[in-house]
Amino acid sequence: MIKQPRPAPVKHSIVVEAPIARAFKVFSEDFGSFKPREHNLLAVPIAETIFEPRVGGHVYDRGVDGSECHWARVLAYEPPNRLLVSWDIGPRWQIETDPARTSEWEVRFTAETEERTRVEIEHRNLERHGEGWEGMRGAVDSDQGWPLYLRRFEDLFAKAA
Amino acid sequence: MATNAKYWTALGDPTRRAIFELLVERPSSVSGLASVLPVTRPAVSQHLKVLKEAGLVADTPSGKERIYRIDPDGLAAFRAEIDQFWMKTLAAYKLAVEQPTKDET
Repeated sequence: MIKQPRPAPVKHSIVVEAPIARAFKVFSEDFGSFKPREHNLLAVPIAETIFEPRVGGHVYDRGVDGSECHWARVLAYEPPNRLLVSWDIGPRWQIETDPARTSEWEVRFTAETEERTRVEIEHRNLERHGEGWEGMRGAVDSDQGWPLYLRRFEDLFAKAA
Repeated sequence: MATNAKYWTALGDPTRRAIFELLVERPSSVSGLASVLPVTRPAVSQHLKVLKEAGLVADTPSGKERIYRIDPDGLAAFRAEIDQFWMKTLAAYKLAVEQPTKDET
């Protein structure tokens, strides 16, 4: 059995041609416009994704039937520089209701010029999702989460090719 | 420590993706995988080695064989999914934020 290291944070950054204020505004208020729709824990397609732009707000998907999936909480809201948001989705792609077992993602905005902004994401504390559920290994629900995500891998590679 | 690049390399190959997908459904031996894939057992072993090095699968001995399954604590594959989610989200964000602002209110 291999010993798993604690998972490293997921880090990505991108430079966008937009002033920092707009970069921040679009990322938060318009989050639903670019968040992948197929990333969905609802039983029905997503009608919209709402990012409530304030500390204590939620990020949630609303299905076409009105059902809601609250999958993140806004922990810090500091326009135009920083967002800190929880990730309340566990490794089996179920909503995690225990905040101690959720990870978090920080988004930092840095103005490179007046019209150009660097956006950095760090998704960390992933190991918190693992606490207490090791016995469930192998219980991944192959009908719900995985095939969908694997298809997304394929889509992305297809685009890159 | 597995890096983003490792995941991408590991899952960037169609055969390895097929192997990974089969292991998501159920743990399997090399021969079990080779029996349903159009590749030889040595090829399957080689692919499994890459997946294992990326932290995406692990193996445990079982009699004469080894049984492969996706990562033992669920977090490496979970992390790979989150990694992929942010790559896709950021790419879409760039398109959204750079489009003309006429539809902004």
